[in-house]
Amino acid sequence: MARHEVVTPVPGTFYRRPDPDSDPFVSDGDSVSAGDVIGLVEIMKNFQDVEAEVDGTLVEFLVENEDAVQAGQAVAVIET
Amino acid sequence: MRVLVANRGEIAVRVIRACRDVGFESVAVYTDADAGAPHVRLADHAVGLGGPRAYLDSDAILAAADGCDAVHPGYGFLAENAAFARAVEDAGLTFVGPKPEHIELMGDKAAARKAAADAGVPVVPGSEGAVSDVEAAVAAAEQYPVAVKAAAGGGGRGIRIAAGEAELRKAFDAAAREAQGAFGDPRVYVERFVERARHIEVQVFGDVALGERECSLQRRRQKVVEEAPAPTYDASDLCAAAASLAGSIGYRGAGTLEFLVDDSTGEHFFIEMNTRIQVEHPVTELVTGVDLVAAQLTGELPAFETRGCALELRLNAEDPSNQFMPSPGKVSSVVWPAGPWVRVDTWLEPGVEVPPFYDSLLGKLIVWGPDRPTCLARARRALREFSIDGIKTTAPMLARLLDEEWFIRGEFHTTTLEEWLA
Repeated sequence: MARHEVVTPVPGTFYRRPDPDSDPFVSDGDSVSAGDVIGLVEIMKNFQDVEAEVDGTLVEFLVENEDAVQAGQAVAVIET
Repeated sequence: MRVLVANRGEIAVRVIRACRDVGFESVAVYTDADAGAPHVRLADHAVGLGGPRAYLDSDAILAAADGCDAVHPGYGFLAENAAFARAVEDAGLTFVGPKPEHIELMGDKAAARKAAADAGVPVVPGSEGAVSDVEAAVAAAEQYPVAVKAAAGGGGRGIRIAAGEAELRKAFDAAAREAQGAFGDPRVYVERFVERARHIEVQVFGDVALGERECSLQRRRQKVVEEAPAPTYDASDLCAAAASLAGSIGYRGAGTLEFLVDDSTGEHFFIEMNTRIQVEHPVTELVTGVDLVAAQLTGELPAFETRGCALELRLNAEDPSNQFMPSPGKVSSVVWPAGPWVRVDTWLEPGVEVPPFYDSLLGKLIVWGPDRPTCLARARRALREFSIDGIKTTAPMLARLLDEEWFIRGEFHTTTLEEWLA
């Protein structure tokens, strides 16, 4: 079991859902595939997808919905 | 008189300066991310609000306005939020903007359309609201091409174009399905599709029109360059229509009525009204000599005469060489243009950190000339003096644009800029 950190390439505001009325993209314990969207970062009114880079189980988020994030910051952990 | 400025960036600086000009005290608000921003320093007082989204927190802003007489909302954030305007008035303060019911009226697309039609102002021909089925859609299409649009849509999403009845019959179901998928609401409406359209808007103050601004040069529906008067178009009918619509509802203060002009037929259609001061208001200020923000604050519009041409270039923190990627970060140095006939409205200064949380507008370069060629020459001169280190801006794209033949001739439409950038 290896722990893989998902990082956001851009700074901004992190969202776990596509819009306020929808379910989260993924929940703790869900299995994910490389390329799956696990969150969004809003940067200057643009939205950038944050994608899983590996297949595995998303074990935890390291930031809360609507938290401010820095470029390169780890936002979630996938166990492979 | 003490005014709370419920905004950030260049418009907060602009409003604070107008307060000083008319002898009012100003109170800035700021988030943690903007603690070092110039609007905080320039205001007479400043109140911290907390996290990055706090400019949208009406309760926090009302609390900060304790002891103030008025609230100026700027643009964006809470500027067109009728509930906020009402809360300001209920707290016994003046909302520097229109009456709350006019924000509400113009925020409702169908109601705004009806108000225009009642005032005799043409709207884009089409169905009155959503159509119930495909037969109603065909009946509403009096002239092709038509656009089928999601009633719950916006920003260009969920639009299908049909060149004739057969295409419309096909497009209707697809558009309804798409609308359901994208917005959870299958209702669609039909309106005429104008292929070669200009976006021209009219600045009003109460029921007085202060002339038009040509705003067709857009990228992703964001204006990039604005100018007055509109080149190669006589906007006097447009201005009269705007004044009559604003007058018919008893509109208060500054507002902008946006029109679509069909370049092939010359027809104009009302699209929407923005019930606030706009980013591009300095274009009108330079050709009329009116300080629109001071007029908002005092409620008094001075007499004016229109003179010459003005052009505004928006400088955004985006990288035009990399698909306009947002470019926040620390600005190590910045040199803004100066000299005759040049105005710069900005919040950017050396050492400022441009946060990723807000709009990418860094500043506006506005230039006046007695005629359009002189105005463009001065704009080229001014833009050449701009330099910045630390972040990317749209300045290189603007410099290329100022030398384009079609731009110099004033021949462009709402799709021209994106086609040129593609």
